[in-house]
Amino acid sequence: MDDKKDEKPLEMRRHGPRGGFMGMVGDGQKAADFKGSMTKLLRYIGRFKRSIVVVIFFAVLSTSFSIVSPKILGNVTNQIVDDFIKIVVYDKVTSGLPSGTTLPEGTKGSDILANTDSAIVDKIPADQLETIKSMDFSTRPTIDFDKIGQILLFLVGLYLLSVAFNYTQSWIMTKIAQEVSYKLREEVLQKINKLPLKYFDSHAIGDVLSRITNDIDTIGQTLNQSLTQVVTSIITIIGILIMMLTISWQLTIIAVLVLPVSFGIIGFIVKSSQRLFKQQADDLGEINGHIEEIYGAHNIVSAYNGEAAAINEFNRINANLYDSGWRSQFFSGLMMPIMNIINNIGYVLVATVGGWLAFQGRIGIGDIQAFIQYLQQFSQPVMQAANTTNVLQSTAAAAERVFEFLEEPDEVAEATAPKVIEAAKGHVELDHVVFGYDEDKVVIKDVSVEVQPGQKVAIVGPTGSGKTTIVNLLMRFYDVDSGTIRIDGVDVREMTRANLRSQFGMVLQDTWLFNGTIRDNVAYSKEGATEDEIVNASRLAQVDHFVHSLPNGYDMELNESSDNVSQGEKQLLTIARAMLADAPILILDEATSSVDTRTEVLIQAAMNKLMEGRTSFIIAHRLSTIKNADLILVIRDGNIIEQGTHEELLSQNGFYAELYNSQFAE
Amino acid sequence: MKILNYLKRYSLLIVILIVFTVGQVAATLALPDYTARIINDGIIGNDQNVIVSNGVLMLVVAFAGGICTVIAGYLAARIGTGFSRDLREGLFTKVESFSLAELNSFSTSSLITRSTNDIQQVQMVIVMIMRMVLSAPITAVWAVYKAYSVAPDMSWLMALAVGVLLTIFVVVFSFALPKFKLVQELTDKLNRVARENLTGIRVIRAFNKQLHEAKRLNVVNLDLTRTNLFIARIVALMQPVMFLILNMLSVGVIWVGVHLISDYTLGIGEMLAFMQYAIQVVIAFLLISIVFIMVPRAWVSIRRITEVLSLDALITNPNKPVKPEEKSGTVEFKDVTFGYNNADTPVLENISFTAKSGQTTAFIGSTGSGKSTLINLVPRFYDTLFGEVLIDGVNIREMELHDLRARIGYIPQKAVLFSGTIMSNIAYGTDDASQEQIEKAAEIAQAANFINSFPEKYETQVSQSGTNLSGGQKQRLSIARAIVKDPEILIFDDTFSALDFKTESKLRHALTEITKDKTVLVVAQRVNTILHADQIIVLNQGRIVGIGTHQELMKVCEVYREIARSQLSEEELKKYNGEEEDGRQEG
Repeated sequence: MDDKKDEKPLEMRRHGPRGGFMGMVGDGQKAADFKGSMTKLLRYIGRFKRSIVVVIFFAVLSTSFSIVSPKILGNVTNQIVDDFIKIVVYDKVTSGLPSGTTLPEGTKGSDILANTDSAIVDKIPADQLETIKSMDFSTRPTIDFDKIGQILLFLVGLYLLSVAFNYTQSWIMTKIAQEVSYKLREEVLQKINKLPLKYFDSHAIGDVLSRITNDIDTIGQTLNQSLTQVVTSIITIIGILIMMLTISWQLTIIAVLVLPVSFGIIGFIVKSSQRLFKQQADDLGEINGHIEEIYGAHNIVSAYNGEAAAINEFNRINANLYDSGWRSQFFSGLMMPIMNIINNIGYVLVATVGGWLAFQGRIGIGDIQAFIQYLQQFSQPVMQAANTTNVLQSTAAAAERVFEFLEEPDEVAEATAPKVIEAAKGHVELDHVVFGYDEDKVVIKDVSVEVQPGQKVAIVGPTGSGKTTIVNLLMRFYDVDSGTIRIDGVDVREMTRANLRSQFGMVLQDTWLFNGTIRDNVAYSKEGATEDEIVNASRLAQVDHFVHSLPNGYDMELNESSDNVSQGEKQLLTIARAMLADAPILILDEATSSVDTRTEVLIQAAMNKLMEGRTSFIIAHRLSTIKNADLILVIRDGNIIEQGTHEELLSQNGFYAELYNSQFAE
Repeated sequence: MKILNYLKRYSLLIVILIVFTVGQVAATLALPDYTARIINDGIIGNDQNVIVSNGVLMLVVAFAGGICTVIAGYLAARIGTGFSRDLREGLFTKVESFSLAELNSFSTSSLITRSTNDIQQVQMVIVMIMRMVLSAPITAVWAVYKAYSVAPDMSWLMALAVGVLLTIFVVVFSFALPKFKLVQELTDKLNRVARENLTGIRVIRAFNKQLHEAKRLNVVNLDLTRTNLFIARIVALMQPVMFLILNMLSVGVIWVGVHLISDYTLGIGEMLAFMQYAIQVVIAFLLISIVFIMVPRAWVSIRRITEVLSLDALITNPNKPVKPEEKSGTVEFKDVTFGYNNADTPVLENISFTAKSGQTTAFIGSTGSGKSTLINLVPRFYDTLFGEVLIDGVNIREMELHDLRARIGYIPQKAVLFSGTIMSNIAYGTDDASQEQIEKAAEIAQAANFINSFPEKYETQVSQSGTNLSGGQKQRLSIARAIVKDPEILIFDDTFSALDFKTESKLRHALTEITKDKTVLVVAQRVNTILHADQIIVLNQGRIVGIGTHQELMKVCEVYREIARSQLSEEELKKYNGEEEDGRQEG
C-alpha cells in the first residue's frame, strides 16, 4: 500500500493516429464483446430516438436530392446535344443551297430529302435521317435557352436544398453526439466518487483518465460522423443503382460487374493494412516505451555507460518501426490508385458501350455523362462502408471500457437510519477486526485495540508493512470483513461516511494540494471558512510566516504540480488544512525525510499543536514520537502483531524490540 | 535549418518522386481530353472507331497513371518514414550525449514528447505533403492552362469558384482555429482536474468534498462540450459547402458553355472536359489550403525538435584522455564552485576535501544545501564552474567518460529499474557478471531474500519502471547493481531513506566487508545512517561548514548539532556518545 503505482509521464495513446492514414484503417483495438457493448451504447443513445429519426429523415432527403442531380444535369446535356445537332444539320443542309435562298414556312426535312439526290441521302445514318425528316427548315434552329435555364435553376434549387438538409442533419447530430459525450463524461466523473477506494488502489490513474478523455472522444467522433455516414452510404448505393437502371440496364450491368472486383480489392487492402498498422502501432509503442525508459533513467544510463547499448536497442526497434511504417503507409495508399484504375476501366467501358448505344440512338450523351458521374460516386460510399466497420470496432472497444467502468459496483450503501455523532469525544475501538484487501489474503487477523479520548497512538512497522491499512479502515475507505470499529461506541458502519469522516482530520505524507490559491487550499477542509479562521489555522500551522514571503501571499496560485512551494511548505499547508477542519480525531503521517531540518522543526511544532487535546493516530518514523506515544501499534505484513507502550513492548522482547535495537546495532 | 539536412539524403528519391507525380497528374488530366474526343468525334461525329481507339488509349493512360501513383506512393512512404526514422535516431543519439544539465534544461517529459509525438507529427505532415499535396500545385497549374486553352472565355468561372472557396475557407478557419486551441486547453484542464480527483481521492473523501469536486468537474465538462459543439458544427459546414461550390461551378459552366456552343466557339465534349479541369483546379486549391493549416502545426513540432538537435552536449570526452596510474579511487575536490545554468547564485562554493579509499565520507545538510549536486559532480553529470575534481590524482575532465564512469557505482535517491528481469537489472552495466557474482551482490544488498521468495527468482520479470516491486525492493536491486560492478568508488545518493532501519543497518553491515578498498560517498538525511562514517561533511547553503566524525562535529559544528538534535532524542545522543567514550577508554 505504501508504494503508489508509478504513472507514465504521458498518455501515449492520446495523440496516436485515429484510424490510420486518412482515417482509413482503425488502430486494431477490438472489443471483447462487440455486440454487447454496441447494444449498451445504442441503448444509451436511445433517449435521442426522436432526434435521430429527424436526422435520418433529413439525411435521406439530402442524399436523394444529390443523387437525382446528375441525371437532371444529364438531361440538360441531352437537350443541348439535341438542339446542337439540329443546328449542325440545318447548317449542313442549308449550306448546300444557293446563298440567299429562303425556305417557305413549314418546310419539313422530308420535303428537302425528297428533292435530294438519293446517293447523298443513303449516306446519312438512320437516326439522323429521322431527325432531319421531322425538322422545320424555314428558320435556323437555336438552343432552347429558356428551357435549359429553367432546368438549371431547378438544379440550383435542388443543390441548395440538399445542402440545407445536409447541414440541418449535421446540426442536430453534432448536438446529439456532444450531449452523449457530455453525459457519458459526467457519469464517469461522478462514478469516481462512488467507487470504493479498492478500485483506485488496483487501477492505474492513467487508465481511468484515458476512459474519460480518449474513449469518450472516440465515441463522440463516431456519433458525429459515422452514424450519418452509414445512413447516407446505404442510401447512396441504393439510390445510384436505381438511377443507373433508369438510364440503361446494359450499362448498369457493366457497373455492377466492376463492383465485386473493387470490393475484393478494398477488402484485401483493408485487411492487410490493418495487420500492418497493428504492427506499426506495436513498434511505435515499443519505441516510445524505450525512449521513456531511457530518458527517465538518464543518470543511471550515463553512470553505467549504457548509452551505446541503449542506442543499439533503439536502432533495432527504429528499424522495425521503419519497416512496418513504410509498409503500412504504402499498402493503405494502394487503395486510391487501384480504385482509380478500376474506376477508369469502368469509365472507359461505359464510354465505349454507352457511345455505341448512343450511336444507335438508344441513349443520349447526357445520359452517358450522368452515368459516368454515378459510376464515380459509387466507389466512395463503398469505401466508406468498408471503413465504417473499423470505426465501429474501435468505438465498441471504447464503449466497452467506458461501460465497464460505469458498471463497477459502488461503495457499500450508507446505513438506512444512520446514527449521528456531532462531535466525538475520541474514544476509538477496534473489536475483533478481520480484514484483507483480497478475499483470500487476510492481513488483519482478529485484532482488538482500544484508544481512550486524547491518547496518542503511534503506528510503526517496516516499510511496506501496510501501516496505511489502519487509516483505510478508520476512515472507512475500506470496510472490515468482520468485527467492528466503534467511535464513541457507535459502529462506524451505522454512521454515514460523511459524518464519520468529519470526525477526522487527516495529514498524509503524500501532500495532495490542488491547482488553486493557497487560501483555497487551506480553506478546502471547511465550507465557508472566514478569512480569520483561515489565517488563524495558518498561523497555528506555521504557514502564515512563509506565506508572507511568497508573491501574492495567500492569493498565490499553486501550479499544476504544485512545485512552486517546497515539499516542507506543502506539508505545512496540509497541516493548516487539518487545523481548520478542527476535527476531534487526527490521523498524521510523519514525514520521513524529504524536508530540511529547519522546516522539520516547524512541522514538528505544528503537528504537536494540532494534536493538543485530540485522539491522534500517527504513522510514526521518529523515535521521539514513538516513545512519547500512549499506545504503539506494531504492524507487520498489514497485521497488528504487537501493541503497548514503548517500555512494555521492549520488555516483551518481540518484533518491536528487534526493530528498535536494529537501529543502533553495529 | 538542421532538419533539412535529414531530408538531403533523400534528394534523389524526391526528384524521382516528383517525376512520377508529374506522370500521375499528366494521366489524370489527359483523361478528359479522350472523353471530349469520344463525345465530339465518336458519338456526335458518328464514328465507332474513334470511340474504341480512344477508349483503348484511355485505358492505357489510366493504367500508366495508376502505376505512377503507386510508385509515387511507394517513394513517399519510404522517404517519409525513412526521414522520421533518421530524425528519431538523431534525436535519441543527441539526448544520449546530453549531460544532466542539458537534460534538465528541457525536462525529461518534454524530451519524451519531442522524441515521440513531435516526430510522428512531422512524419505525418511530410507523408501527407508528398502523397497528396505535392500533386496539387502541379495539377492546379496544368489544369488551369488546359482549361484556359480549351475555353478561355469561361476561365473566369474557375477563378470565381476558387475565390469563393478560399474566402470561405479563410473565414471559417479564422473562426475555428482559435477554438481548436481552446479545445486542447480544455481537454488538458479536464485531464488535470480529473487527475487531481484521482490522486487526491483520500483527501477528498476525508474532507467530504465529493460534491464540491463534482461541481468543479462539471464546469470543465460543460465548457468542453460547448466548445466541441461549436467546432463540430463549423467543421460539418465544410463538406457540403465544398460540394455546393463544385456543383454551382458545373451549372455555371453549362450555362455559359451553352451560349458558346450555339455559335460554334466550343464543342460539347470540350465543355464537359472544361468542367473536369475546373473541378480539378478547385480540389487542388483545397488541398493547397489544407497545407496552410497543417504546416503551422507541424512547424511547432519541427521547432521543438530543432531546439534539441541544435543544443550541443557540454560534457564531452577530452582530446587526449589520461588514465590514472593508481586504481584506489581516492576522490579529491579542489576549491570547487558550481552553479546551474540560469541560477545567479552558485549551488556550491569553494568545496575542498579528500575522500580516501577504504573510508566512508558522508554528506549531510538541509534540502538545498547542495549535497546531491556535489556528488553528481563526481561521475561528471555536471561540470564544475571553477576548481577541479580529481580521481587518483587525475582531473576527471581529462579522463575518458567511459573510463571515469566505469570506476563509479552510483545509486540514486529514486531507484531506477529497466524492463527486463531482476537478473538483467542487477547486471546492467556489468554485462560479463556471472550468476554467482550477481547472487553475491544481491546477498550484500539484502535483496536475496525477497528475490528468492519469487517463484522465478532471478528470472522474475520487472515491468517498466519496476511497478511490480516495492520502493524498498527497487532500491535494494539498484544497490546490488552497483555492487556487482565492483567499482573503486561507490556513491549512495540518499539511497537509504527508502529502507527501514532494520534493513538499512543489515545492509551497512554487509557493505563494510566489500568496501575495504573502495571510496564510499554517502548522502544522507538521517543522522543515524552516518553516525559511523569516517568523515562527515556538513553542508549549508552550498558551503562546507564542518568536516569530522560525529563526535567531533557534535562539539564544534552548530549546524550539525541542530540536525542531530532534531532527529535523535537526548537519550539516543547520549547513548551514542557514551558508547564512543567507552570505546576510547578501552583503546
